[in-house]
Amino acid sequence: MNTASTLTFAKLGCSRGGRLLFQGVDCVLEAGRWLYVAGANGVGKTSLLRMVCGLAQIESGNILWNGLPIHTQRETYLQDLCYLGHLNALQESMTVKENLSFTTALTGFAPTIAQIQEVLARFGVRGRDQQLVRHLSQGQKRRVALSRLALSAAQLWVLDEPFVAMDEAGVRMLADLIETHLNNGGMAVVTSHQQVAIGAMPAQRLELSP
Amino acid sequence: MKKLQLRKLGLASVLLAALRRELSLALRQKGEVLTPLVFFVVIASLFPLGVGPESALLLRMAPGVLWVSALLAAMLSLQRLFAMDYVDGSLEQMVLSATPLGLLVVAKALSHFLLSGLPLVLMAPVLGLQFGLEGRALGILMLSLLLGTPTLSLIGSIGAALTLGVRGAGVLLSLLILPLYIPVLIFGAGAVEADAAGLGIGGHLSLLAALLVLSAFFAPLATTTALRISLE
Amino acid sequence: MNIRTIHWFKFSAPQNFYFLAGRMWPWFATLAAVLTALGLWISFFVAPTDAQQGEGYRIIFVHVPASQMSMFIYLVMAAWAGFGLAFNTRLSGMMASALAPTGALFAFLSLVTGALWGKPMWGAWWVWDARLTSELILLFLYLGFLALQSSIDDPRRADKACAVLALVGVVNVPIIYFSVKWWNTLHQGASVSLTKSPTMAIPMLWGMLIMVVAFWMYAIAIALVRVRNIILDRERHTEWVKHAVE
Repeated sequence: MNTASTLTFAKLGCSRGGRLLFQGVDCVLEAGRWLYVAGANGVGKTSLLRMVCGLAQIESGNILWNGLPIHTQRETYLQDLCYLGHLNALQESMTVKENLSFTTALTGFAPTIAQIQEVLARFGVRGRDQQLVRHLSQGQKRRVALSRLALSAAQLWVLDEPFVAMDEAGVRMLADLIETHLNNGGMAVVTSHQQVAIGAMPAQRLELSP
Repeated sequence: MKKLQLRKLGLASVLLAALRRELSLALRQKGEVLTPLVFFVVIASLFPLGVGPESALLLRMAPGVLWVSALLAAMLSLQRLFAMDYVDGSLEQMVLSATPLGLLVVAKALSHFLLSGLPLVLMAPVLGLQFGLEGRALGILMLSLLLGTPTLSLIGSIGAALTLGVRGAGVLLSLLILPLYIPVLIFGAGAVEADAAGLGIGGHLSLLAALLVLSAFFAPLATTTALRISLE
Repeated sequence: MNIRTIHWFKFSAPQNFYFLAGRMWPWFATLAAVLTALGLWISFFVAPTDAQQGEGYRIIFVHVPASQMSMFIYLVMAAWAGFGLAFNTRLSGMMASALAPTGALFAFLSLVTGALWGKPMWGAWWVWDARLTSELILLFLYLGFLALQSSIDDPRRADKACAVLALVGVVNVPIIYFSVKWWNTLHQGASVSLTKSPTMAIPMLWGMLIMVVAFWMYAIAIALVRVRNIILDRERHTEWVKHAVE
């Protein structure tokens, strides 16, 4: 991964339904660091993350990846991006293996069955690769969704409340995964209601308010 | 955990993977795939019940009736083209993936054709016999449907993308798409009628092919734009 | 020239356009009223009685301008929509939405006047000739636009979705028209054409031209009024709107 990559927010603003959520947000995130986006409910954390992904249009200001606006370099930016939102993106009537194969194929890579099983084992859903997703519990589905991160080669992880509904072991496991990712030169933007310690360096903090 | 080394995939393999996913999903929900085909038969059977069984009249009506019924049946399954992926977040992942969205849209339209268009092509002769069409006419009917139904899938994907998550999406989709289907209907049914009248079908079929090529180029563009708008 | 460019862009903000439109629409409305009166006077009193069609033909003074405007408005609507999609301006989408109902109205008017002409002419309220059928399909396209607009709650998303629809529609209109003509000739349909009349007398041409411009002025006036309402509705959270409606 490119250790000189940077994600920059320049005077970012956002409004929903005519209401101004936040404006003038500035921030620079470098490789190996993670950004903790804090703020009360409804202040626009999810909107900010969706803007980072390019799903939502930026109303004022700019988001720069390596110095260039993201909308000018969509293809290269998306190759470096992995997004985990509130939804799991898992098809209920397909098996865990089929789901993970497809989502990884979308990124342009094909995992072997052994690799998928290894990843699932790490996330505490060992041996479930042939099971239909609809037969898993909510917690297990979430873990399968998270295991996508382990199969991703993207440098920037955008995670919207990834720790929600996870037990202590799960939270630890995800924190370790993010730490390894950061140590390998990756970056992460995370929203969460819980304070989680990831790695030795403290997180960069971005407080959103109107 | 050490970084996994994964095998890289070419675009063609990704397209195939997407296609395989659509087809396997559909086969696990067989009911949803078969219902439009049953609908095709039911609609086509309504016309004789409405206008009477006089064979000369039915023969005259056959190309138009069968084409309209095929059109409506193809439209029925359009709604679920993107809906399920939209609801569980898979569509978001597709839009955010490194794979060009247009490629994934083509995969979806292609799967729609294979699951609804192609069966209609195969079933049409059976219904055609009920209307008194024979031999050559049946062949031309199948050929016109074969050329026309992929276009219906492509244009239909635009409507499906525009009406994602909208109230009353099903009927709205029909209202938006049916006017755009009219040229395909005219040339498709026209081909069968022209042949029955002893005129050449070359013009009709080449126009159908032209529409297919045009929609193959432009529909994915419109659909990807509409998808991004729907996901905002 | 520099000053004029800045001046123009200032009005792309809804707030500024609101007041500009407020000053402009009375002029267009007056022009529309005057020209309509003039056009109707010509059509009823000046234009000669047609040898074959008698007095009933006079309805073409409404029918032809209405169909031309319905076509023209669709093009303008699609242009505004495309502009808004390309440059992400709010006002463009609002203009397209403001034009759509008027375009639909003209399409409907064209169909109704076509039927009113057809009845005394050929004894049928409706004839499936190429032009009337294309007009009907154009009405469907307008109705689809309006339906999509009303079923999406978020106005920004509605504008953009309708923009895609309008652009797809505008590309399809020539294809639809061509295919309907083809369909018509293949089935040796109605050979009478509503516009294929014997060489028109000069007063008739003048009358139609004046009515076209009159409808054009009306369309602009009503679109300006409508866009003002749309602006007020969309921007109701802002300060200037709260002052404006006091």
